[in-house]
Amino acid sequence: MKTYETFEHLADIGVRGYGKSLEEAFENGAKAMFSVIAEIDAVKPSDREEVRCEAEDPEMLFVEWLNCLLSAAHLSGKLFCNFKVEIADHKLKGWAWGERLDQERHHVMTEVKAATYSMLKVGREGDVYIAQCVVDV
Amino acid sequence: MELKSLNKISDYVWEIPREGEMRVPGRIFASAELVEDFDDNVVKQIKNVAALPGIQQASMAMPDAHWGYGFPIGGVAAFDPEEGGIISMGGIGFDISCGVRTMRTGMRREEIEPYIGKLVDRLFALVPAGVGSEGKIRLNQSQIDEVLVGGAQWAVSQGYGYKEDLRYIEEGGVMGGADPAQVSDTAKKRQFREVGTLGSGNQYLEIQYVAEVYDEKIAGELGLFRDDVVISVHCGSRALGHQIGTDYLKTLAEASRRYNIPVHERELVCAPINSPEGRRYFSAVCAGINCALANRQVIAHLVREAFSDVIPRARISMLYDVSHNTCKVEEHPVGSKIKRLFIHRKGATRAFGPGRKEIPEEYRSTGQPVLIGGTMGTCSYILVGTESGMTQAFGSACHGAGRALSRTQAKKRWRGDALLKELGARGIIIRTHSYSGAAEEAPGAYKDVTAVVDATHNAGLAKKVVMVKPMACIKG
Repeated sequence: MKTYETFEHLADIGVRGYGKSLEEAFENGAKAMFSVIAEIDAVKPSDREEVRCEAEDPEMLFVEWLNCLLSAAHLSGKLFCNFKVEIADHKLKGWAWGERLDQERHHVMTEVKAATYSMLKVGREGDVYIAQCVVDV
Repeated sequence: MELKSLNKISDYVWEIPREGEMRVPGRIFASAELVEDFDDNVVKQIKNVAALPGIQQASMAMPDAHWGYGFPIGGVAAFDPEEGGIISMGGIGFDISCGVRTMRTGMRREEIEPYIGKLVDRLFALVPAGVGSEGKIRLNQSQIDEVLVGGAQWAVSQGYGYKEDLRYIEEGGVMGGADPAQVSDTAKKRQFREVGTLGSGNQYLEIQYVAEVYDEKIAGELGLFRDDVVISVHCGSRALGHQIGTDYLKTLAEASRRYNIPVHERELVCAPINSPEGRRYFSAVCAGINCALANRQVIAHLVREAFSDVIPRARISMLYDVSHNTCKVEEHPVGSKIKRLFIHRKGATRAFGPGRKEIPEEYRSTGQPVLIGGTMGTCSYILVGTESGMTQAFGSACHGAGRALSRTQAKKRWRGDALLKELGARGIIIRTHSYSGAAEEAPGAYKDVTAVVDATHNAGLAKKVVMVKPMACIKG
């Protein structure tokens, strides 16, 4: 089963994560977003950053999570490739592993300006949790 | 979308009649062919904007309109604070004050050609571009506040460019009403090393020559003649602007609920202009605009440095600097009254006609230069604002070509290295940090900018003056 993917949007691009739990869908959604920025397979998970955020519903929380990661990556000058999420009471505690961005080695493609509410969907289809939204590039 | 759902006002103006919650009609400025190509979501978004409190005259879409976030990209709407008017995140977006600056070089195409390779290499070395690039300027907390208040004026005070440059920037290079206290520490920190960087995606720096002149008299007054070389820079407020957008998305979502504003799409979130949240957001947006103006001013300085290294006799002078994603306070006649309105332009250019006090004296008889970016393989246009654009669309025009293919499709269809070779064979040099990013920006992935500009001209929103073609382009 694929764990993450991007989907088409005319001006920008959609990111989608799948998982056996909401947390895993969030983790894989983050992978999808960073796969838009660079080749995440080339990123080594050597450093860890922690982010915390909260929102009133799971959909807003997904956007919040992605936007917190964008800020954390930018402020630390890093790219992330692995993620871990814990969610309780609309509060998210997350960790991201990665390393300093290297334009050449990571085959960096494009910046993501923000995760947006467009085509935002967080939910469950059968046994699979899905978290998705469009990111503005 | 289907034309028959619209009322035809003229060959280039279409009306979406008022229905349901719409407070004003919708108005699309485009040719029949362009309208037929519009996504149905554009019409939905025009209608949603028309339902917002305090909207004046019409919810408008420019010829390059496409599906956006809340507002369509290419959406224009004016709100009156005295009638409960709002300020909306959807009408400004995440890339606050992204815009185009065009500068003359005082040189002709044949004079530049022998140096073009060296010049592009020097520009590519001096202007930081691409993901993760950092500028030479390092700022701290108090210095960033000065940028947010001072805009391009701050840059000039630091030695980046000349005082004379400021006259040819909207608002004289500094947006009043900016309050750094309304910008989060995260947003500020993200900008500490970003001032003077180009960015990635559709941002660029291009060396262009005047290939066609449509109105010699006005072109002459703008100091543009056939085969003149100009430099255009397309970029915005960088990470600081993105973070302001992200931060206020939450603030405004709460405000929309608190003030019972009908928001039919989450990204339309807004607050009354005369509310604490509305005032805070507006002050933050003004700070974001100043960040973009400072950014383009520093890049202009780097362009001058590159030229003085390679062709010292070039004289780089400002033509004009326009912003696309803004909310600005402007006076416009509505009915028999002159109103002070908050004009949202999302992916649209201010295009003031002759006589407006906001434009520099030299251009007051011609109208404001309107700089429309095309693609790295086709062409761009310079127009001027018109009287008819003032009455029809609060002095607004299109901003670019608009995408025809998604980034994913573009990457499937073109390979970056092959594309660059093909453009090279046509005499256009491209420098990029990402082949894949370049493939996403392939000229064929965009709509025909000429059709968009012709519709803008024919609708009377702005008047075509010259067309410029690329000689070289730097992409992030």
